[in-house]
Amino acid sequence: MHNSSQPRTNASSATGEPVIEVRGLAKEYRVFDKPEGLLASVTGLFNRKSRVVEALRGVNLQVEKGEFVAMLGPNGAGKTTFLKLLSGIITPTRGAATVLGSVPWERTDDFRRRFALVMGQRNQLWWDLPAAESFRLHKEIYRIDTPRFERTRDELVDLLDVRKLLLRPVRDLSLGERMKLELVAALLHEPEVLFLDEPTIGLDVVAQHSLHRFLAHVQAERQMTVILTTHYMKDVAALCKRLVVVTEGSILYDGSLEQIVDRFTSHKIVTLDLDAPPDPAAIDRLGFPCEIRGPQVILRIDRTRIADVLPGILRGQGVRDVSVEDVPLEEIVAEMFRSGSTAGTDGATGAPR
Amino acid sequence: MTSAASDPAPSGFLARRRLGLRVWWTMLVICLEERLVYRGDFVLGTLMRFLPIVTQVFLWTAVFGATSSGSIAGYSRNDIVAYYLLTMVSRAFSSMPGLASGIARSIRDGSIKKYLVQPVDYVGYLLAARIAHKLVYYAVATLPFAGVFLFCRDYFPPIPDWTTLGAFTLSLVLSFLLGFFMEATLGMLGFWFLEVSSIVFAYMLVQYMLSGHMFPLDMLRDIPTGVAGVSVADVVRFLPFEYTAYFPAAVWLGKVQGAELVRSLVVEAAWVGVMIVACRIAWWRGTRRYSAFGG
Repeated sequence: MHNSSQPRTNASSATGEPVIEVRGLAKEYRVFDKPEGLLASVTGLFNRKSRVVEALRGVNLQVEKGEFVAMLGPNGAGKTTFLKLLSGIITPTRGAATVLGSVPWERTDDFRRRFALVMGQRNQLWWDLPAAESFRLHKEIYRIDTPRFERTRDELVDLLDVRKLLLRPVRDLSLGERMKLELVAALLHEPEVLFLDEPTIGLDVVAQHSLHRFLAHVQAERQMTVILTTHYMKDVAALCKRLVVVTEGSILYDGSLEQIVDRFTSHKIVTLDLDAPPDPAAIDRLGFPCEIRGPQVILRIDRTRIADVLPGILRGQGVRDVSVEDVPLEEIVAEMFRSGSTAGTDGATGAPR
Repeated sequence: MTSAASDPAPSGFLARRRLGLRVWWTMLVICLEERLVYRGDFVLGTLMRFLPIVTQVFLWTAVFGATSSGSIAGYSRNDIVAYYLLTMVSRAFSSMPGLASGIARSIRDGSIKKYLVQPVDYVGYLLAARIAHKLVYYAVATLPFAGVFLFCRDYFPPIPDWTTLGAFTLSLVLSFLLGFFMEATLGMLGFWFLEVSSIVFAYMLVQYMLSGHMFPLDMLRDIPTGVAGVSVADVVRFLPFEYTAYFPAAVWLGKVQGAELVRSLVVEAAWVGVMIVACRIAWWRGTRRYSAFGG
């Protein structure tokens, strides 16, 4: 999926030097099913039924320095497993990976000083103490010298506008405020690589927006390599040029945001605003899939034919306004999730090799 | 922004030690602050611990009232009261409430991940947290302890000489380390078992009986094991438990002296060493298992 034919859209920020290299990475878990009912529970004591769950099925990925990659996928797709592997929390069943030249699950201190992981609700901050105290501990753990620590802290705190929260016990903060301070804690040691596991989950729109702005700014300024997992298209659209779509432990698509539209849709959405609600039969005669909402008509028209058919349509019906748009990304991705692994095998997509 | 520029790589062993010590010191201070957040609960909990000793004194008064002889296994009523008060001091050092279950919980709920991702030593952190816990406890408990000892001063033999006091202090420090590493190791069984509370309970039970918390262990001297004249006390002496309660009290009361005192301190120190190694091995194997199967 990172073959040369695929244009690297964010070449402007990437420097061509691979920071993350993943080859055939697979992780299997053995899970024990507990059948329902008391009798089954008792027999289960002697004869536990286990099965193997493939959380990740041989993933290949290469990320260059300064790239901001979004990993998109439904729950249980393997996104979090992937980040846990890259941060060395778990070891793979098969395959290899290096991050900043180190094998993550060897967990050397040297490697651990160079990256950061922020996992949704799990806090690195001390619950009962003000965040300033946790920051002070990070300063020592990551051996940040005092001037650099103060400069970085002040910069991050001002960017997120959280200075007044620093001295308040973390347990008294809102979810959004906590998430911001988690990010500050994670970025204090200026990691070269940052893994974000669903950072916007549960946040309101305003908090999401300010987090997006902050991440985009810091990433660009520091040339940090970031992998972000999410299931919100908003995160992707706001932050990343490169998109990796994952379902059932495999990569379905790896490429630019724009390309996914080109590659996976054959039509555009044409919306017509009419003077009056149209005659459905007349619209049907146009021969395109359509939806009528009062005086508004939404047509799906093949991209190659749009230039030919649009003038005719505009002449015919007393059209007040028209818009031509790509299929929304959400719809494309939802379709990819639905078709799941079957779509991944047709070769055109970024199926695991 | 490269790590080479930002991290002054510590050169020598000593420099690395010093940096490690600074991290540890910061952890200690932060743990202290955290402890003080719940000071009300802590004060109450500390004071409640004095209740059992009152019931013990009543119980043994009744026991001595029922026997005609003035002593049981070499203990007079006064000796017994002094012994119990001293084991309270030992246990103020060696008991580790919530340590094992806390470790097991952080494994179960996944908060242990933080210590896998950050360049920080989990056992070192736990030790700092526990020392902070103890320091706050002593700050709260010293006054009531002093009061009780003053009130009961007639039960005690004269204050021992400096050598004995030194040995007593050393035995307390070692009992803290022993208690800490035994319970930490126990908690790390959480890497293998989902729930360790019943294991901890069984440990507490054995600990209660074999540490001397329940009765002075030299009472076991007259109970034979049935093997070549070896008594139960002779066996217990080589287990780690008695060093967490009985031993420091026995040192103060002058029951262990001379070569036996030295030998016992060596055995205690050896157990501390064994448990440090056991704890490290449990952590190392446990995290490997966690990485492979859980996460």
